[in-house]
Amino acid sequence: MTDGLRLEHLKITLGDRRLVDLDECIAPGEILSVMGPSGSGKSTLLSVLIGRPDPGFAVAGRVLLDGRDLSGLGPQARRIGLLFQDDLLFPHLSVGENLAFALPAAIKGCAAREARIAAALEAADLRGFAGRDPATLSGGQRARVALMRCLLSAPRALLLDEPFSRLDADLRRQMRDFVFGRVRAEGIPAILVTHDLEDALAAGGKVISPLGEVRQTAKPA
Amino acid sequence: MPRSRPSLLPLAPLLTIAVLLLPVGAGLAGVLAPAFGWFPALGGTSLSLEPWRALLAWPGLPDAVWLSLTTGLGATALSLLITVMICAAWQGTRAFGVIERALSPLLSVPHAAAAFGLAFLIAPSGWIARALSPWATGWDQPPDILITQDPMGLSLMAGLVVKEVPFLLLMTLAALGQLPARRSVLLAQTMGYGRMAGWVLTVFPRLYAQIRLPVYAVLAYSCSVIDVALILGPTRPSTLAVQVLEWLSDPDLSLRFQAAAGAVLQLGLILGVLLLWRLGEMTAARLGCACIRRGHRLARDGAIRAAAMGLALIMALAVGLGILGLAVWSVAGFWTFPDLLPDQLTWRNWMRQSDGLIRIALETAVIGTVATLISVTLTIACLEAEYRHGLRQSARALWLLYLPLIVPQATFLIGLQTLAIGTGWTGAQAAVIAAHVIFVLPYVFLSLSDPWRSWDARQGLVAASLGAGADRILWRVRLPMMLRPVLVAAAVGFAVSVGQYLPTLLIGMGRVTTLTTEAVALSSGGDRRLIGVYALSQTIMPLAGFALALALPALLFRNRRGMLDRG
Repeated sequence: MTDGLRLEHLKITLGDRRLVDLDECIAPGEILSVMGPSGSGKSTLLSVLIGRPDPGFAVAGRVLLDGRDLSGLGPQARRIGLLFQDDLLFPHLSVGENLAFALPAAIKGCAAREARIAAALEAADLRGFAGRDPATLSGGQRARVALMRCLLSAPRALLLDEPFSRLDADLRRQMRDFVFGRVRAEGIPAILVTHDLEDALAAGGKVISPLGEVRQTAKPA
Repeated sequence: MPRSRPSLLPLAPLLTIAVLLLPVGAGLAGVLAPAFGWFPALGGTSLSLEPWRALLAWPGLPDAVWLSLTTGLGATALSLLITVMICAAWQGTRAFGVIERALSPLLSVPHAAAAFGLAFLIAPSGWIARALSPWATGWDQPPDILITQDPMGLSLMAGLVVKEVPFLLLMTLAALGQLPARRSVLLAQTMGYGRMAGWVLTVFPRLYAQIRLPVYAVLAYSCSVIDVALILGPTRPSTLAVQVLEWLSDPDLSLRFQAAAGAVLQLGLILGVLLLWRLGEMTAARLGCACIRRGHRLARDGAIRAAAMGLALIMALAVGLGILGLAVWSVAGFWTFPDLLPDQLTWRNWMRQSDGLIRIALETAVIGTVATLISVTLTIACLEAEYRHGLRQSARALWLLYLPLIVPQATFLIGLQTLAIGTGWTGAQAAVIAAHVIFVLPYVFLSLSDPWRSWDARQGLVAASLGAGADRILWRVRLPMMLRPVLVAAAVGFAVSVGQYLPTLLIGMGRVTTLTTEAVALSSGGDRRLIGVYALSQTIMPLAGFALALALPALLFRNRRGMLDRG
């Protein structure tokens, strides 16, 4: 039993083209950055990790999460959280309802659930925002809600798909600190997919291409 | 772990195809048999050509066929021409938005109500004659001229055009969303082409490929329409479809053989017209290419652009004033000829009808609601199956969807009625609802499929990564987000059901009455007050559906800005 996210000889090919070739182990609290230009297989890697591979791609190797083989599982059974560049908050639900959607049903009782949601908002510096319409929030606020929604579902790993690329420079730095800080605090392994070197370096972990070429080794913590 | 339970969802597309195709197929079989003498219940137990001999012996046949052909082709060509003129002249301008807003409400007006409204407007004793009399015309009596029901079918064509232009315009707008129309026109304009020429030469060829099926549906409908033809169309001879219906309702049951042969001829007529239209398409493409090769810029199109705007406004005004005319007649007391308004207004016409009206309105609503519910459920099941199992809709599937709209109602419904008589399943409300579904389902599917498919699938992915299963995603995320397009599609379906005439009449066998069958039945009596009451009720009902479809999401999501201006 090994904790963390393990990509075991994961190879993804399209016809003769090798798109992804990785053999990596990401420990809890660690962030692996996968960097490359668009079309380099980053999104293919993500779709395979989520469990919605695009048809036509051949996948070899295994993905293990805390020792559990994820082969054949759909996205709802993998417990891998997902953060896109768009916040994708559900527009028909309030901020609190968005968070409640993510909170596992195992947490029972209105008071207990509301307390968890309030705590999550507090942690994102959004106290009292539960009743708000997501469309009335600023970009940074929405991005923070999206991250808290993701974390409330108690994921065992996190995939970050260019999560900062829509934010301006100032906000970008803040959001980076916030996201990476939460990842370390929660102690879950994360993969950051990006084409921005600054983002990748800020993550503080190893930086590699989809084919496993190392751009930057992990900084000592 | 997700439990795997048997799901019926993957069967939904198959079931939907069966719902559309089986009745059409069965109906065709059911009309072919009596057309060749086979109808055991009426003593026809051997195949013969006798029904065809009887049909050909009817002296009115050439005129009736010619009338169906000219009015159908004329109405379709005119509708397409006006639609193209409006789009070519104004698409992408602010005036286009005005035209769109003026014409789109006409979609919800039932064909019969629009036809009555038009009749009340242009008849010798209608509003136009009243407005001009006696000061301009010298008439102090309604003139004895045939305007509605004119022998050439011009008013019938007008009645069809005012309803088909909004439909084609809507279909064009949907298709335009997928084309770089404005850039194409701009590019042509920078080369010196007029706006309209640029649009017709660069946008229209690509666009037409996408609205071809709706155009075919309009063509088939216009050639075989019954309710509008009963109200506005000529008599003796009437169009072929109307004549077939007349034979069908004759107490002399032996005429049913002749009617079946006429219905098959109707189908042949549609196929012939479609072929003719196809040839016309090819000729038009040739001419267009020749025009491009010669490089005429046709830059001076100001007059035609104004004409397009004028036509659009005249159509909106004609139907709008027509509906107003229905409303005034429904509350009219004594009303002598050249007066523009009745001497007194009264609720008496409504009160006298109230018992029957409420019962019939209720029956209309029940039939429409159930048929719409079935259609919406099947449509969502199909689209959801497509999404979950990664199916793709093929071009052939789209043809299947349009089949009930292209095979003439007058043909396969007569066959269905014959079969229904054989199995004793006529006159039942359930049978009428089933018949309505055949026509409601394609429209619901067509109006919901685009918004449903354009939903951001990443929303589903996010929900799944938060642990939600496929059903939870459907009920908690997708359906609420799709509430407005779903309700609009339902309103479209409901309007289609309310407007149905022939399915109710033939499958209901006179025992099921809706506002439409009642209004059309009143047309021969000529009691304008009564017609006003029923035709107006027939107009209000689908309008109420659309109002609800727009108001409900606005109310439910009044505090959700992200849900506004969608769909």
